[in-house]
Amino acid sequence: MNFILGIVISSIAVTIVVLIPLLGVGAWNLYTLFGIIIPYAAMATFFGGIVVKVIGWGRSPVPFRIPTTAGQQWTLPWIKPNPVDNPKNTAGAVVRMVFEILTFRSLFRNTRIEYRRTEGGPKLDYEWEKWLWLAALVFHYCFLVIFLRHFRFFLEPVPGFVTLLETLDGFMQMGVLPFNGLGLPSVYLTDMLVMLALTYLLLRRIYIHQARYISLPADYFPLFLLLALGTTGLLMRYFLRVDITAVKELVIGLFRFSPDPKILGGIGVLFYIHLFIVCVLIAYFPFSKLMHFAGIFLSPTRNLSNNSRFVRHTNPWNYPVATHTYEEYEDDFRDAMIEAGLPVEKGAESTGETEEAESGEKE
Amino acid sequence: MYDGGKIIAGLIIGIGLLLAPFFYNAGTAAKGPDPQLTPKAKEAKQCVTTTSYMRSSHFSLLDEWRNTAVRENERYFRSPTGKIYYKSLQVTCMDCHSNKTKFCDQCHNYMSVAPFCWDCHIVPEEKK
Repeated sequence: MNFILGIVISSIAVTIVVLIPLLGVGAWNLYTLFGIIIPYAAMATFFGGIVVKVIGWGRSPVPFRIPTTAGQQWTLPWIKPNPVDNPKNTAGAVVRMVFEILTFRSLFRNTRIEYRRTEGGPKLDYEWEKWLWLAALVFHYCFLVIFLRHFRFFLEPVPGFVTLLETLDGFMQMGVLPFNGLGLPSVYLTDMLVMLALTYLLLRRIYIHQARYISLPADYFPLFLLLALGTTGLLMRYFLRVDITAVKELVIGLFRFSPDPKILGGIGVLFYIHLFIVCVLIAYFPFSKLMHFAGIFLSPTRNLSNNSRFVRHTNPWNYPVATHTYEEYEDDFRDAMIEAGLPVEKGAESTGETEEAESGEKE
Repeated sequence: MYDGGKIIAGLIIGIGLLLAPFFYNAGTAAKGPDPQLTPKAKEAKQCVTTTSYMRSSHFSLLDEWRNTAVRENERYFRSPTGKIYYKSLQVTCMDCHSNKTKFCDQCHNYMSVAPFCWDCHIVPEEKK
């Protein structure tokens, strides 16, 4: 698919996602639909979808060990093994998974092929390429912090770790800058970084031609959706404020299964756009590449130990194959074979002597 | 299912963590904020601008007041209704809203907001 078409399709899709609540709430006042029904439906899709997906993955058989062996296997005592990149037991696999999940070790190994011509002729270089890893790490951790910071809207009383995160994240206090607009004491670093990282990840996808070639609308759509989510969040925090006390009362009501419809009208339309984007994101989640969230835990190339050389793994669906060995074949046709003068391993009376005698005759 | 036990356990832990807000809120009383107006504030009927603006953006207003008053020496604020107010947290705002714990702190605590007003201003004494 032409990459421009992919970008156009996914940006149209995100525009529609933004327009739906803008019209639904802004023009038609469908507060209950966008404030209560859709969030519940999206959450049900999210949790149901994840359970179905993970169970489905769990049911697929993994009879053999297929870990990528990115280091020296455990072997002779004088050869130094790499217990993490080529784990021989569960402990090594656990360490490997921890590194994978928390530090994106696979992305860290990313290399870039560079083809150049030198005087001697063509040359291929493999260079370290850490920007993808860095942007991915920044995006994921900032997103996690932002998600956890939102718990101040989700929980009452607000637990200490949320307050701590807010304090650390907002220590820049850019509200003291001599202009209005960012007029809040704490301007969150993660807000800025997440938008920066997302923009980089999008530009990279367009700029690097190999990445562009394999990019589909399903790759651009989540990026645009997250950018829209971040933009509405930033707008709501710094510029077009909504009544966040009412927002929290609504959200707590949703979590207690007793949302108060009276609150809905008092919240600005921007909040409903933000909420609808979240709903689309989480409802889309189980059916998309975003499922790497759960899938990373179930990666057989990472979470299995490489013990094929000392533990026997049998294929459980091996059915008993009907075999017919040469001995059985000879039993069936021995007389005919002897009659035709063909060599047989066992003689007609199945004694060693005749066999020897026969072979003796030939010689 | 290969490693079915581990997968199911991981799934339950993961879903459980994501569902934490449901469990957390089910166990608490869910007391919403209850900002109280003093008799003087009730009498005034309206704050310096509309209630909805004050609800969402009073900090913006205070920030603007601070910047314009301290840096540009513009001490007076003309409200949309044409009334003139003296730009001062302690003299104007806290005159009507003299009940900090029952007014300001109600929502600020609920929303886990720590405004830095009282880093410089003196916390008003409240009459019980």
